[in-house]
Amino acid sequence: MTKRIILGAVAILLVLASAYASFFIAPEERTMGVIQRIFYFHVASAWAGFTAFFLCFIGNLLYVWKRDQKFDWLAVSGAEVGLAFTTVVLITGPIWAHPVWGIWWTWDARLTSTFVLWLLYVSYLLLRTLVEEPDRRALLSSLFGIFAFIDVPLVFGAIRWWRTQHPQPVIMGGQGSGLDPTMKSVFFFSALAMHVFMVFLIAERYALEKMQTETDFLAREVEAQ
Amino acid sequence: MSLFSNTAVLLSKELRTEFRSRELLTTTVVFILVVLILFSFAISPTTEESREFGPGLLWLAILFAASLMLQPCFLREQSNDTLSSLRLAVSDPFSIFLAKLIANTLFLLLTELIMLPFFAIFYNVPILPEFHWLILVLFLGSLGISVAGTALSAISAQARMRELLLPLLLLPLLTPVLVVSATVTVNLFEREPVVKGKGIAFLAVFDVVFLTALWLFGEYLLEE
Amino acid sequence: MAATKLSPTGLRFESIDKRYGGLYALRRVTFEISAGECAVLAGRNGSGKTTLLRIAGQIVRPTAGKLSFPGSSADSAGNSRPGYVGHSTMVYDELTAEENLLLFARLQKVESPAAHAEALLREVGLYERRASLVRTFSRGMRQRIAIARALIHRPSVLLLDEPATGLDPLGITWLANSLRELNQAGCTIVMSLHGESEISSLATRAVRLDAGNVMADTKTGASLHDILTFGAA
Repeated sequence: MTKRIILGAVAILLVLASAYASFFIAPEERTMGVIQRIFYFHVASAWAGFTAFFLCFIGNLLYVWKRDQKFDWLAVSGAEVGLAFTTVVLITGPIWAHPVWGIWWTWDARLTSTFVLWLLYVSYLLLRTLVEEPDRRALLSSLFGIFAFIDVPLVFGAIRWWRTQHPQPVIMGGQGSGLDPTMKSVFFFSALAMHVFMVFLIAERYALEKMQTETDFLAREVEAQ
Repeated sequence: MSLFSNTAVLLSKELRTEFRSRELLTTTVVFILVVLILFSFAISPTTEESREFGPGLLWLAILFAASLMLQPCFLREQSNDTLSSLRLAVSDPFSIFLAKLIANTLFLLLTELIMLPFFAIFYNVPILPEFHWLILVLFLGSLGISVAGTALSAISAQARMRELLLPLLLLPLLTPVLVVSATVTVNLFEREPVVKGKGIAFLAVFDVVFLTALWLFGEYLLEE
Repeated sequence: MAATKLSPTGLRFESIDKRYGGLYALRRVTFEISAGECAVLAGRNGSGKTTLLRIAGQIVRPTAGKLSFPGSSADSAGNSRPGYVGHSTMVYDELTAEENLLLFARLQKVESPAAHAEALLREVGLYERRASLVRTFSRGMRQRIAIARALIHRPSVLLLDEPATGLDPLGITWLANSLRELNQAGCTIVMSLHGESEISSLATRAVRLDAGNVMADTKTGASLHDILTFGAA
């Protein structure tokens, strides 16, 4: 328990620190102004979300192999936390796009792919609500999770190719190429902070799922008496 | 090899069952027809727009139709628990999937071929030049839809709200197929048709990836 | 009924557990049925009879424990696997009786599938209706096609889950006679039943389950009558 509290405290401190850095340490971008600072949240969240989904995928594989409940707990935690971070990406995208392009949404390759990713994991969670028996739920959702995850590179690849056929405004165009060194440091620090925060959220969600499952088990044992 | 002989026996069962009643084929053809007509009411395209948007709408219609057509795939094995007797009878559970996905691909292709003349007429699209490429794209796309759809229909058959669930699981997963197939098809219908080799190769990759995944994990999909 | 061509085979359960989520459907079930016996599994609804039979039929895998078939010949690929007759027919309504049997015969690599299917259809009395869709069959006929399917690979163990359900007296007599013949030809039979009937009179052994546990066994002294009628008001 203490470990989780420390992790939580560290995570929150890091996020606050990275927020401060994004606003006060990073230099202002030449063309876009203040709104560009959202980039530090936007991309860091995307990376953290993706790592969370990867952890879900690992949980899925391990569950199918070992059939140990705790891997299913990891999977659902990874999926939910990943979805939360991905939602942040989908919201900060338009928040950036509107002042810069005057439109809320552009079918930019990365954002569009992220949207499909979001839909896939919403379906994953929906599937879980529709299967009642715990072992069956874990197995079926793990199998769908595996299919969904291997689809992700295909989604990103296909949409990127599609966009080369019909070019559109690019969100945060050109980032990563020619970033000022201070910006780079702030960005990596944000990415680190988001990852630590992500791990903290997954740990909490995992603990919750563990407790829920154990309580359900006890409740059913009592009922069976 | 036992896998192939079992698959052949099961495939003939799938085909015989469908051609006896032709329920799936007729309902799917009519569905795509209706969707295509409704699209044109909703958009009222000009001739030039038809040519540009038509293929995308066609593939969308195929996707919607497939997500309905694939539902009975494993559901019909539940009414008499024939899935259990099949599992007991075959040496490799992958043969059950292979037979079903081949059958589903054939049904989809057949539906598309029946639809093509209507599509060409309603949307003023020249389908004849590069026809062999068109067939290739239809085949690779339909194969991808079937592989993913057959796998997911095994999952949704075991959940509640399965009629709504299959499209929900399948459509996001098939985004790559929709995007690439539609783009390649549009280019085939240009005044100067262009064959997008990269896109066609991508569809083949999609098919191979999901076939492999189904081969690796298929038996778990059928577990009881 | 055509004689099963193989070595008489028994059925052994060793500490079988089956858990669904938090609930145990079967708990440490251990007993053995000898080759050639005709055994009855009795118990209330929900006692685990169907689960145990599905495990024996290798349709469901146990959470723990071991299932074995003492006496089965090692080289017979499909024959150590029992025939299973469940609550459903496990055949296709949209195919004819003949097509169904041919399908399962071919899948299981039975020799001369067509001849074998025809012979089985005659034995279960469905030869005249071989070209009719199973969808048109009566309850009694559905039971017969289910049994034919179970026997297509000539198993030495036959499992039946409440086979008398829904059968009229003629159907029950037919079933009893068929099972008697099979048993006499060397087939080990395990079936779940409710109460006493013409069919239960064939039993040489009975085991009662309650809430997933073995409660009584004729092998350890309980009487067949008691096992079959326990709990019946």
